[in-house]
Amino acid sequence: MSKLRPQSEYEKTAAFHFFRWLSGSKDPYLGEVEMQPQKETETPVATILDRMDERQMIRDKIYDVDKNRMLKFFNKIYVASAILFCIVLVGLLLYTVSYLPRTGNPSNPDNNIVSERYIENGLQETGALNIVAGMILTYRAFDTFGETNVLFIATCCVMVLLMIDDAILKKIEAHSGDRRFEPKNDVILQGTAFILCPIIFIFGIYIILNGHLSPGGGFSGGAILGAGLILYTSAFGFRKTQRFFDEHVYKIAKITALCMYGIIGSYFYITGANGIENHIPLGLPGRILSGGIILPIDICVGLEVACTMYAFYALFRRGGL
Amino acid sequence: MTLFQCILMGFLIVCAISVSFSKNLLNSVLIYMSYSLVMSVIWVCLESPDLAITEAAVGAGVTSILFFSTLKKIHAIQIEKEADEKTPAISMEESVEISDEEGGEAP
Repeated sequence: MSKLRPQSEYEKTAAFHFFRWLSGSKDPYLGEVEMQPQKETETPVATILDRMDERQMIRDKIYDVDKNRMLKFFNKIYVASAILFCIVLVGLLLYTVSYLPRTGNPSNPDNNIVSERYIENGLQETGALNIVAGMILTYRAFDTFGETNVLFIATCCVMVLLMIDDAILKKIEAHSGDRRFEPKNDVILQGTAFILCPIIFIFGIYIILNGHLSPGGGFSGGAILGAGLILYTSAFGFRKTQRFFDEHVYKIAKITALCMYGIIGSYFYITGANGIENHIPLGLPGRILSGGIILPIDICVGLEVACTMYAFYALFRRGGL
Repeated sequence: MTLFQCILMGFLIVCAISVSFSKNLLNSVLIYMSYSLVMSVIWVCLESPDLAITEAAVGAGVTSILFFSTLKKIHAIQIEKEADEKTPAISMEESVEISDEEGGEAP
């Protein structure tokens, strides 16, 4: 328990002075140190012109290749050494490549017990027909979680750097609208987007939901969804996109997806690491509802990636979602 | 490796070199886009359709759109108003100057 000191005693301590200096409420030098107001130095125009002339003369002398032998020599050496360096680097890399083992050789170091297990027991243990999805979302789910976090942090950084305050954004858009850079109501673009957008969205959702059965998965499907959103936005403007996807929806979707991934993933790790029975059924391979945790995680990753792609575009373009 | 794959590989190398040698930034983004498309076809040939889908969506689609919007923001692409006034093709330095003037007027 510390004793509560009276205000007058506290004001004498070093901590009080430090915090007062830190908050900037009192300048410690003001009134203590004699200060002179700074004089404005004036340089006559003639001197400035003289100096510029001199510098121009020096520059001419240095960069005049005819007069400066040293520079001429250096330029030649520079080009020659750059070409030589490139050739040496290419040769070195090709020389190293020639020592690599040929692909498909059974005695290669990558044909070890790990990949053998993935290929032989992958279908049984994960219930996914797509071995790649089974591998990256169950055996290596922790790595993929890290990647999803990287996407989340990347959008946070872009938001910190490029997001414009809402009030300022509204003022700018009242002045010139939210289509400052794009052609307004381009018929060809809008017609193409009207036909293509639904197809792109359905294709993206198909790839996400079918990630454990066919090629693709959360990342690819999410990227396609994000590209479709970007196409829709560039054709019809931000105001129409904001009817179904504004900052509020974006935050909810993104944070929910990341948290769901975390919860499902940690349930899976904890039960798997401790040998506890896992209550997520694997299902019959080949059905849509199979593959255990792969389908929900795919949906989470897809949402995350789609939000990231769209947010990058919106923040680069407009400075707000 | 089939003839088709050889042609694609050659196209990749040509693209990669011409990106760094093209003077116009818009051209280099377009070449980079075609590079990604060819790369996604090569991924299909190498039997990895997962990567092909991702490459086509991210490499050819989203990344180049981000490049385009950045180029527009720094006024490296000619704006439509200038094209309407039938000004001759503006070089990089001049367009930078124009963008500076516009930046001063904008709120």
